[in-house]
Amino acid sequence: MEGTPPRILVVVPAYQEERSIGGLVRSLRERHLFDVLVVNDGSMDRTSDTAREAGAIVLDLPCNLGIGGAVQTGFQYARAHGYDVVVRIDGDGQHEVEDIPKVLDPILTGNADAVIGSRFLGETEYRGSIPRIFGIRFFRLLVNLTTGYRVSDPTSGFFAINRRLVAFYSEHYPSDYPEVDAYILMHRLKARTVEVPVRMYERAEGKSSITAFRAVYYMVKVTLSFLINCIRRFG
Amino acid sequence: MNRVTLFAICASAGFLLYILEMVRRRKLREEYSILWLFGSASILVLSLKQDWLVVLAHAAGIVYPPSFLFLVGILFILLILIHFSIAISKLHQMNKKMAQEIALMKEKAMGGVSGDPSIKP
Repeated sequence: MEGTPPRILVVVPAYQEERSIGGLVRSLRERHLFDVLVVNDGSMDRTSDTAREAGAIVLDLPCNLGIGGAVQTGFQYARAHGYDVVVRIDGDGQHEVEDIPKVLDPILTGNADAVIGSRFLGETEYRGSIPRIFGIRFFRLLVNLTTGYRVSDPTSGFFAINRRLVAFYSEHYPSDYPEVDAYILMHRLKARTVEVPVRMYERAEGKSSITAFRAVYYMVKVTLSFLINCIRRFG
Repeated sequence: MNRVTLFAICASAGFLLYILEMVRRRKLREEYSILWLFGSASILVLSLKQDWLVVLAHAAGIVYPPSFLFLVGILFILLILIHFSIAISKLHQMNKKMAQEIALMKEKAMGGVSGDPSIKP
Protein backbone atom coordinates (compact mmCIF):
# COMPACT_ATOMS: atom_id res chain seq x y z
CA MET A 1 0.00 0.00 0.00
CA GLU A 2 0.95 3.71 -0.10
CA GLY A 3 3.11 5.65 2.33
CA THR A 4 0.77 5.82 5.31
CA PRO A 5 0.28 2.59 7.22
CA PRO A 6 -3.01 0.87 6.39
CA ARG A 7 -5.87 1.46 8.77
CA ILE A 8 -7.18 -1.79 10.13
CA LEU A 9 -10.48 -2.41 11.88
CA VAL A 10 -11.36 -5.58 13.75
CA VAL A 11 -15.11 -6.19 13.64
CA VAL A 12 -16.57 -8.39 16.36
CA PRO A 13 -20.27 -9.23 16.15
CA ALA A 14 -21.61 -10.00 19.61
CA TYR A 15 -24.92 -11.22 20.92
CA GLN A 16 -25.20 -11.97 24.66
CA GLU A 17 -21.44 -12.32 25.07
CA GLU A 18 -20.91 -10.31 28.26
CA ARG A 19 -18.70 -13.03 29.73
CA SER A 20 -16.24 -13.37 26.87
CA ILE A 21 -16.32 -10.03 25.06
CA GLY A 22 -14.33 -8.00 27.59
CA GLY A 23 -11.40 -10.40 27.64
CA LEU A 24 -11.43 -10.66 23.88
CA VAL A 25 -11.39 -6.90 23.35
CA ARG A 26 -8.58 -6.47 25.88
CA SER A 27 -6.42 -9.15 24.33
CA LEU A 28 -7.02 -7.65 20.89
CA ARG A 29 -5.98 -4.21 22.05
CA GLU A 30 -3.01 -5.44 24.05
CA ARG A 31 -1.57 -7.42 21.20
CA HIS A 32 -2.38 -5.34 18.16
CA LEU A 33 -2.59 -1.71 17.09
CA PHE A 34 -5.96 -2.13 15.45
CA ASP A 35 -9.18 -0.36 16.24
CA VAL A 36 -11.71 -2.78 17.65
CA LEU A 37 -15.37 -2.42 16.76
CA VAL A 38 -17.92 -4.50 18.62
CA VAL A 39 -21.32 -4.69 16.95
CA ASN A 40 -23.78 -5.46 19.70
CA ASP A 41 -26.64 -7.27 17.99
CA GLY A 42 -29.42 -6.25 20.36
CA SER A 43 -28.10 -8.09 23.44
CA MET A 44 -30.10 -7.86 26.65
CA ASP A 45 -27.07 -8.40 28.89
CA ARG A 46 -24.06 -6.15 29.53
CA THR A 47 -22.27 -6.98 26.25
CA SER A 48 -22.27 -3.35 25.16
CA ASP A 49 -20.94 -1.85 28.42
CA THR A 50 -18.36 -4.58 28.90
CA ALA A 51 -16.99 -4.06 25.41
CA ARG A 52 -16.91 -0.29 25.85
CA GLU A 53 -15.12 -0.56 29.18
CA ALA A 54 -12.54 -2.82 27.59
CA GLY A 55 -11.80 -0.09 25.05
CA ALA A 56 -13.79 -1.05 21.98
CA ILE A 57 -15.82 1.19 19.75
CA VAL A 58 -19.35 -0.12 20.14
CA LEU A 59 -22.31 -0.03 17.78
CA ASP A 60 -25.60 -0.89 19.45
CA LEU A 61 -28.20 -2.28 17.09
CA PRO A 62 -31.68 -1.43 18.40
CA CYS A 63 -32.93 -4.95 17.63
CA ASN A 64 -31.44 -8.32 16.83
CA LEU A 65 -30.61 -8.48 13.12
CA GLY A 66 -28.80 -11.80 13.06
CA ILE A 67 -25.17 -12.39 12.30
CA GLY A 68 -25.17 -11.16 8.69
CA GLY A 69 -26.87 -7.87 9.46
CA ALA A 70 -24.60 -7.24 12.44
CA VAL A 71 -21.40 -7.91 10.53
CA GLN A 72 -22.65 -5.77 7.67
CA THR A 73 -23.12 -2.85 10.06
CA GLY A 74 -19.44 -3.24 10.93
CA PHE A 75 -18.54 -3.05 7.25
CA GLN A 76 -20.66 0.07 6.89
CA TYR A 77 -18.80 1.67 9.79
CA ALA A 78 -15.47 0.74 8.20
CA ARG A 79 -16.51 2.19 4.87
CA ALA A 80 -17.77 5.42 6.45
CA HIS A 81 -14.52 5.85 8.39
CA GLY A 82 -12.19 4.97 5.54
CA TYR A 83 -10.56 1.81 6.88
CA ASP A 84 -8.35 -0.10 4.45
CA VAL A 85 -8.79 -3.58 5.85
CA VAL A 86 -11.44 -5.22 8.00
CA VAL A 87 -10.77 -8.33 10.06
CA ARG A 88 -13.87 -10.14 11.25
CA ILE A 89 -13.60 -12.36 14.29
CA ASP A 90 -16.13 -14.08 16.59
CA GLY A 91 -17.01 -12.60 19.96
CA ASP A 92 -17.08 -15.86 21.88
CA GLY A 93 -13.40 -16.75 21.91
CA GLN A 94 -13.60 -19.39 19.18
CA HIS A 95 -10.93 -17.71 17.10
CA GLU A 96 -7.31 -17.32 18.09
CA VAL A 97 -6.42 -13.62 18.35
CA GLU A 98 -2.76 -14.38 17.76
CA ASP A 99 -3.57 -15.65 14.28
CA ILE A 100 -4.85 -12.28 13.07
CA PRO A 101 -1.54 -11.35 11.40
CA LYS A 102 -1.86 -14.50 9.32
CA VAL A 103 -5.17 -13.46 7.82
CA LEU A 104 -3.95 -9.89 7.36
CA ASP A 105 -0.70 -10.58 5.62
CA PRO A 106 -1.83 -11.51 2.08
CA ILE A 107 -4.07 -8.44 2.00
CA LEU A 108 -1.38 -6.06 3.21
CA THR A 109 1.01 -7.33 0.55
CA GLY A 110 -1.75 -6.88 -2.04
CA ASN A 111 -1.89 -10.56 -2.93
CA ALA A 112 -5.52 -11.13 -2.04
CA ASP A 113 -8.84 -9.32 -1.69
CA ALA A 114 -10.07 -11.73 0.96
CA VAL A 115 -8.19 -14.03 3.31
CA ILE A 116 -10.16 -16.69 5.11
CA GLY A 117 -8.86 -18.49 8.15
CA SER A 118 -9.38 -22.23 7.86
CA ARG A 119 -9.51 -24.62 10.79
CA PHE A 120 -8.78 -27.54 8.49
CA LEU A 121 -5.50 -26.48 6.92
CA GLY A 122 -2.24 -27.52 8.52
CA GLU A 123 -2.30 -29.41 11.77
CA THR A 124 -5.73 -29.05 13.29
CA GLU A 125 -7.10 -29.65 16.73
CA TYR A 126 -10.61 -28.92 15.63
CA ARG A 127 -13.14 -31.59 16.52
CA GLY A 128 -16.65 -30.58 15.55
CA SER A 129 -19.86 -32.50 16.10
CA ILE A 130 -20.95 -34.88 13.34
CA PRO A 131 -23.79 -32.69 11.97
CA ARG A 132 -21.47 -29.71 11.94
CA ILE A 133 -18.76 -31.56 10.03
CA PHE A 134 -21.40 -32.87 7.64
CA GLY A 135 -22.69 -29.33 7.07
CA ILE A 136 -19.20 -28.03 6.45
CA ARG A 137 -18.52 -30.80 3.93
CA PHE A 138 -21.78 -30.14 2.18
CA PHE A 139 -21.05 -26.44 1.82
CA ARG A 140 -17.49 -27.14 0.81
CA LEU A 141 -18.75 -29.25 -2.08
CA LEU A 142 -21.30 -26.59 -3.02
CA VAL A 143 -18.74 -23.78 -3.04
CA ASN A 144 -16.03 -25.73 -4.81
CA LEU A 145 -18.34 -27.02 -7.53
CA THR A 146 -19.92 -23.67 -8.33
CA THR A 147 -17.11 -21.15 -7.91
CA GLY A 148 -13.94 -23.00 -8.79
CA TYR A 149 -12.33 -21.80 -5.56
CA ARG A 150 -10.55 -24.50 -3.59
CA VAL A 151 -12.08 -24.01 -0.16
CA SER A 152 -11.56 -26.15 2.91
CA ASP A 153 -13.55 -24.20 5.50
CA PRO A 154 -16.53 -22.50 3.81
CA THR A 155 -18.27 -21.49 7.07
CA SER A 156 -15.25 -19.82 8.66
CA GLY A 157 -16.14 -16.52 10.30
CA PHE A 158 -12.50 -15.57 10.77
CA PHE A 159 -11.41 -13.56 7.75
CA ALA A 160 -10.01 -10.30 6.46
CA ILE A 161 -11.17 -8.29 3.45
CA ASN A 162 -9.90 -5.22 1.66
CA ARG A 163 -11.62 -1.93 0.84
CA ARG A 164 -13.24 -3.15 -2.32
CA LEU A 165 -15.06 -6.00 -0.61
CA VAL A 166 -15.89 -3.82 2.40
CA ALA A 167 -17.64 -1.38 0.06
CA PHE A 168 -19.50 -4.15 -1.73
CA TYR A 169 -20.55 -5.98 1.43
CA SER A 170 -21.81 -2.72 2.92
CA GLU A 171 -24.48 -2.87 0.24
CA HIS A 172 -24.95 -6.60 -0.20
CA TYR A 173 -24.33 -9.08 2.55
CA PRO A 174 -26.28 -12.29 3.20
CA SER A 175 -28.11 -12.94 6.46
CA ASP A 176 -27.53 -16.48 7.77
CA TYR A 177 -24.22 -18.25 7.36
CA PRO A 178 -23.10 -15.27 5.29
CA GLU A 179 -19.66 -16.79 4.76
CA VAL A 180 -20.90 -19.53 2.44
CA ASP A 181 -22.93 -17.08 0.40
CA ALA A 182 -20.07 -14.62 0.34
CA TYR A 183 -18.07 -17.03 -1.81
CA ILE A 184 -20.56 -16.59 -4.64
CA LEU A 185 -20.40 -12.82 -4.25
CA MET A 186 -16.59 -12.92 -4.30
CA HIS A 187 -16.67 -15.23 -7.28
CA ARG A 188 -19.00 -12.84 -9.11
CA LEU A 189 -16.65 -9.95 -8.27
CA LYS A 190 -13.67 -12.02 -9.41
CA ALA A 191 -12.09 -11.42 -6.03
CA ARG A 192 -8.83 -13.16 -5.20
CA THR A 193 -9.27 -15.32 -2.12
CA VAL A 194 -6.72 -17.19 -0.05
CA GLU A 195 -7.18 -19.57 2.86
CA VAL A 196 -4.65 -19.64 5.66
CA PRO A 197 -4.48 -22.06 8.57
CA VAL A 198 -5.78 -20.67 11.86
CA ARG A 199 -6.63 -22.13 15.23
CA MET A 200 -10.26 -22.40 16.29
CA TYR A 201 -11.63 -23.68 19.56
CA GLU A 202 -14.92 -24.98 20.81
CA ARG A 203 -17.04 -22.25 22.32
CA ALA A 204 -15.86 -21.29 25.78
CA GLU A 205 -19.03 -19.56 26.94
CA GLY A 206 -22.64 -19.92 25.89
CA LYS A 207 -23.83 -22.48 23.43
CA SER A 208 -23.97 -22.50 19.68
CA SER A 209 -27.29 -21.31 18.38
CA ILE A 210 -27.70 -24.36 16.15
CA THR A 211 -30.06 -27.24 16.92
CA ALA A 212 -30.59 -30.23 14.64
CA PHE A 213 -33.80 -28.97 13.10
CA ARG A 214 -32.49 -25.48 12.58
CA ALA A 215 -29.32 -26.94 11.09
CA VAL A 216 -31.35 -28.58 8.33
CA TYR A 217 -33.41 -25.44 7.87
CA TYR A 218 -30.29 -23.30 7.54
CA MET A 219 -28.72 -25.75 5.15
CA VAL A 220 -31.71 -25.51 2.83
CA LYS A 221 -31.97 -21.76 3.24
CA VAL A 222 -28.30 -21.08 2.64
CA THR A 223 -28.22 -23.40 -0.36
CA LEU A 224 -31.21 -21.62 -1.86
CA SER A 225 -29.76 -18.21 -1.20
CA PHE A 226 -26.42 -19.36 -2.59
CA LEU A 227 -27.97 -20.61 -5.82
CA ILE A 228 -30.11 -17.50 -6.21
CA ASN A 229 -27.01 -15.37 -5.78
CA CYS A 230 -25.53 -17.17 -8.79
CA ILE A 231 -28.23 -15.69 -11.02
CA ARG A 232 -28.97 -12.42 -9.23
CA ARG A 233 -28.03 -8.98 -10.51
CA PHE A 234 -26.09 -6.62 -8.28
CA GLY A 235 -26.73 -3.00 -9.11
CA MET B 1 -84.52 -14.11 -5.24
CA ASN B 2 -83.68 -17.10 -3.04
CA ARG B 3 -82.14 -16.92 0.39
CA VAL B 4 -78.63 -17.99 -0.51
CA THR B 5 -78.44 -15.28 -3.18
CA LEU B 6 -79.58 -12.65 -0.74
CA PHE B 7 -77.02 -13.86 1.78
CA ALA B 8 -74.23 -13.78 -0.81
CA ILE B 9 -75.14 -10.26 -1.88
CA CYS B 10 -75.31 -8.96 1.69
CA ALA B 11 -72.05 -10.63 2.70
CA SER B 12 -70.06 -9.44 -0.29
CA ALA B 13 -71.53 -5.93 -0.18
CA GLY B 14 -70.77 -5.74 3.54
CA PHE B 15 -67.26 -6.91 2.95
CA LEU B 16 -66.73 -4.37 0.18
CA LEU B 17 -68.02 -1.56 2.38
CA TYR B 18 -65.83 -2.70 5.27
CA ILE B 19 -62.71 -2.55 3.08
CA LEU B 20 -63.66 0.89 1.78
CA GLU B 21 -64.26 2.12 5.32
CA MET B 22 -60.86 0.80 6.46
CA VAL B 23 -59.17 2.64 3.61
CA ARG B 24 -61.13 5.79 4.35
CA ARG B 25 -60.01 5.67 8.00
CA ARG B 26 -56.42 5.05 6.87
CA LYS B 27 -56.28 1.72 8.67
CA LEU B 28 -55.60 0.01 5.36
CA ARG B 29 -53.27 1.50 2.80
CA GLU B 30 -54.62 1.93 -0.72
CA GLU B 31 -51.98 -0.32 -2.27
CA TYR B 32 -52.94 -3.22 -0.02
CA SER B 33 -56.66 -2.63 -0.49
CA ILE B 34 -56.65 -3.05 -4.25
CA LEU B 35 -56.62 -6.85 -4.20
CA TRP B 36 -59.31 -6.99 -1.52
CA LEU B 37 -61.54 -4.50 -3.29
CA PHE B 38 -61.13 -6.36 -6.53
CA GLY B 39 -61.90 -9.69 -4.83
CA SER B 40 -65.00 -8.51 -2.99
CA ALA B 41 -66.31 -6.66 -6.04
CA SER B 42 -65.99 -9.85 -8.12
CA ILE B 43 -67.93 -11.84 -5.54
CA LEU B 44 -70.62 -9.18 -5.45
CA VAL B 45 -70.97 -9.22 -9.24
CA LEU B 46 -71.15 -13.02 -9.29
CA SER B 47 -73.83 -13.05 -6.58
CA LEU B 48 -75.92 -10.59 -8.56
CA LYS B 49 -75.34 -12.29 -11.90
CA GLN B 50 -75.18 -15.98 -11.14
CA ASP B 51 -75.57 -17.00 -14.76
CA TRP B 52 -72.24 -15.28 -15.46
CA LEU B 53 -70.63 -17.79 -13.16
CA VAL B 54 -72.04 -20.63 -15.22
CA VAL B 55 -70.77 -19.05 -18.43
CA LEU B 56 -67.32 -18.46 -16.96
CA ALA B 57 -67.10 -21.97 -15.56
CA HIS B 58 -68.05 -23.53 -18.86
CA ALA B 59 -65.60 -21.30 -20.69
CA ALA B 60 -62.88 -22.68 -18.39
CA GLY B 61 -64.11 -26.21 -19.10
CA ILE B 62 -65.51 -26.76 -15.59
CA VAL B 63 -68.83 -28.61 -15.47
CA TYR B 64 -69.85 -27.77 -11.91
CA PRO B 65 -69.93 -23.94 -11.57
CA PRO B 66 -69.37 -23.71 -7.77
CA SER B 67 -66.03 -25.50 -8.12
CA PHE B 68 -65.00 -22.72 -10.48
CA LEU B 69 -65.81 -20.31 -7.67
CA PHE B 70 -63.62 -22.31 -5.25
CA LEU B 71 -60.78 -22.37 -7.73
CA VAL B 72 -60.89 -18.62 -8.23
CA GLY B 73 -61.19 -18.11 -4.47
CA ILE B 74 -58.13 -20.21 -3.73
CA LEU B 75 -56.11 -18.54 -6.46
CA PHE B 76 -57.10 -15.17 -5.09
CA ILE B 77 -56.00 -16.14 -1.57
CA LEU B 78 -52.68 -17.42 -2.92
CA LEU B 79 -52.13 -14.19 -4.77
CA ILE B 80 -52.82 -12.09 -1.73
CA LEU B 81 -50.51 -14.24 0.44
CA ILE B 82 -47.66 -13.87 -2.02
CA HIS B 83 -48.34 -10.17 -2.03
CA PHE B 84 -47.95 -10.18 1.76
CA SER B 85 -44.72 -12.18 1.65
CA ILE B 86 -43.28 -9.62 -0.72
CA ALA B 87 -44.48 -6.76 1.45
CA ILE B 88 -42.96 -8.38 4.55
CA SER B 89 -39.65 -8.95 2.78
CA LYS B 90 -39.59 -5.30 1.82
CA LEU B 91 -40.35 -4.25 5.38
CA HIS B 92 -37.67 -6.62 6.66
CA GLN B 93 -35.11 -5.01 4.37
CA MET B 94 -36.16 -1.52 5.40
CA ASN B 95 -36.14 -2.46 9.06
CA LYS B 96 -32.60 -3.83 8.78
CA LYS B 97 -31.39 -0.69 7.03
CA MET B 98 -32.94 1.50 9.67
CA ALA B 99 -31.51 -0.49 12.57
CA GLN B 100 -28.07 -0.22 10.98
CA GLU B 101 -28.41 3.52 10.41
CA ILE B 102 -29.56 4.03 13.99
CA ALA B 103 -26.60 2.09 15.38
CA LEU B 104 -24.15 4.10 13.26
CA MET B 105 -25.78 7.42 14.12
CA LYS B 106 -25.90 6.65 17.84
CA GLU B 107 -22.20 5.95 17.84
CA LYS B 108 -21.56 9.20 15.97
CA ALA B 109 -23.79 11.17 18.33
CA MET B 110 -21.82 9.91 21.30
CA GLY B 111 -18.76 11.38 19.61
CA GLY B 112 -16.80 8.17 19.72
CA VAL B 113 -16.61 8.30 23.53
CA SER B 114 -16.36 4.58 23.50
CA GLY B 115 -12.91 3.18 23.04
CA ASP B 116 -10.63 5.95 21.90
CA PRO B 117 -8.32 3.94 19.65
CA SER B 118 -5.32 6.13 20.51
CA ILE B 119 -5.42 5.11 24.17
CA LYS B 120 -3.99 1.73 24.89
CA PRO B 121 -5.28 -0.16 27.90
